[in-house]
Amino acid sequence: MRGFQALLYRDLRLATRAGGGAALALAFFAAVAVLVPLGIGADLKLLGRIAGGVLWVAAILAALLSLDRLFQADYEDGSLDQIALAPMTLETSAAAKIVAHWLTTGLPLTVLSPLLALLFDLPQAGYVPLLVSLGIGTPAVSAIGAIGAGLTISIRRGGLILPLLVLPLLSPVVIFGAGVVSGALSGLDNGAIWLLSAFSLAAVCLAPFAAAAAVRLNLAG
Amino acid sequence: MDTRRVSTLTVSDLAIVRGGRIVFRRLGFGLSAGEVLSLEGPNGAGKTSLLRVLAGFLPAFAGRIELTMSDHSRLDGDEQARRVGWLGHQDGIKPQLSVLENLAFYARLYGQSGADLRGVLDQVGLTRARDLPGQYLSAGMRRRLALARLLISRRPVWLLDEPLAALDVRGKAMVGDFVTAHCRDGGLVIAATHEALGLDCARLELGAA
Amino acid sequence: MNIFELANPKRFMRFSAALLPWFWTIAVLCLGAGLYIGLFRVPPDYQQGQTVKIMFIHVPAAWVGMMAYASMAVASLFGLVNRHPLADAAAKAAAPLGAVFTALALITGSLWGKPMWGAYWVWDARLTSFLILFFLYLGYMALWSAIEDETRAARACAILALVGAVNLPIIKYSVDWWNTLHQGESIFVKGGPLIAPVFLWPLFLMAFGYTFLFLALWMVRIRTEILARRARTLQLRMGTA
Repeated sequence: MRGFQALLYRDLRLATRAGGGAALALAFFAAVAVLVPLGIGADLKLLGRIAGGVLWVAAILAALLSLDRLFQADYEDGSLDQIALAPMTLETSAAAKIVAHWLTTGLPLTVLSPLLALLFDLPQAGYVPLLVSLGIGTPAVSAIGAIGAGLTISIRRGGLILPLLVLPLLSPVVIFGAGVVSGALSGLDNGAIWLLSAFSLAAVCLAPFAAAAAVRLNLAG
Repeated sequence: MDTRRVSTLTVSDLAIVRGGRIVFRRLGFGLSAGEVLSLEGPNGAGKTSLLRVLAGFLPAFAGRIELTMSDHSRLDGDEQARRVGWLGHQDGIKPQLSVLENLAFYARLYGQSGADLRGVLDQVGLTRARDLPGQYLSAGMRRRLALARLLISRRPVWLLDEPLAALDVRGKAMVGDFVTAHCRDGGLVIAATHEALGLDCARLELGAA
Repeated sequence: MNIFELANPKRFMRFSAALLPWFWTIAVLCLGAGLYIGLFRVPPDYQQGQTVKIMFIHVPAAWVGMMAYASMAVASLFGLVNRHPLADAAAKAAAPLGAVFTALALITGSLWGKPMWGAYWVWDARLTSFLILFFLYLGYMALWSAIEDETRAARACAILALVGAVNLPIIKYSVDWWNTLHQGESIFVKGGPLIAPVFLWPLFLMAFGYTFLFLALWMVRIRTEILARRARTLQLRMGTA
């Protein structure tokens, strides 16, 4: 557990230092959210209706931004070898990195989302569902993204392939996540929140194993 | 706390395949506590591959690697990896973190939070660079920091890949001293090197393919 | 002979060489008969007219598109667990075939959709699932081509294929949930098929033909892959000798 903590704290520190990905992901999230109304026009009724979906898509894209370096930076500078020798399994290390990634991207994105929802004139009933769905769903993005990050470690331009691998796998997150918001707006209890929770829970539990397997085969060097 | 000590490392009938090519096969050697083995051979002979197999990073194509402990028990793969101190080509240093932060992270990662970090930094001659971010370190200083990490890891089996690279004369002498002291404490050292370590040790010549 | 004996590449080459002519023959006969009956002997549907006959191309393509993914996932599992190069070759060979059949299903599906719904793409649940499946194939093939070391590429792709295989039913479910406009599983429903038997016969013939077409193409691709590997090994030996 101490190794888990050490890796978690180090990754948090790296992400928040200058050049870390945390602030960039937030800025990207905001920029995409601002670009959408510019593209489709300032029809507040329409914007309010699509806010949930747009913010969900923007959040996933923003989270993907820093994913390709999740393992790659450690792979390139030799830290990964040292981490592999630590007295904990590679699965635990992968879990620590997933948690760190979520704390530095998923969580801030969730917290920022109501502010951006204001720009879209999201109806009042949608704010809490938006916050809750992002809070529950973004861990799955970090977890499944970590599998892609592990698979593309050794690829020089892995950042280009990673979205192609990860985005199709994330389609249930978008569907259920945005479904939570649209369900609340239409006043229907569509059960999306439970489906989203189940998917996220399964992803967070299983992804460290797949990610660790992917990292392990790249340790061959 | 495990009080057993490593007594021997035995490699038998080892074969390594890389990219569909046999690097070597039928390799066998043994090493006891307190001994140093120097891996020699031209580029591409498989020195780094052998070290990576010994560390458990790369699966062996065939053969066995066994660590026998002082109570004659044998360790399996994961337990073996926890006895290995690794000094590779890359130093594993984060440019955004200071020298002390880098070392403190590894101390905690290896469960050695109580280690005397300042003392070790003093030993490798990095006391004055303590608060310098990793990105401003010279290649030699990075190597010294990697050595400091090796010291605090308190691992019995040292696997060193070109430990002398980038080091100045005093740095090279320092590596020799560390290796000698490690062996005196009952450790094992396997080092791949082009330059002589300046020690009396067994040699293993890996042929070029 | 069990499957593990077949895993010997030499034996596979002999075995597949003997089977291939049969597979081709069955595929051609079934496809020919299915197309003839489907296009010329079956009466037009009273609602959809002649366009219903796209079904004979579309539905089996979709089946094979899914079957190819299942084959790829099973081969990947064998590759990961047994570390056998033949399984790696089989997984690699299945992906482009699956992608092509899925693409065929997508194209014929949207051609069918135009007269039925008035648009080529109406985000029908089943077609949307196939679009995502198509992207999974694309990602798989991109990963293969991006990793140079062959064994490492095989392992990485096997992990991806298995993660995809676990996720596919969830994706399918989520898309169905999202869009309940789909027609319903009209072939295998409880209480017997809803489609008229005149349509069913040519459909089964086509499905049979498509399956053997896939198997034949798959075998050819695996054989090519094995030969290519032998050529590379020879090249390496010549280079170092």
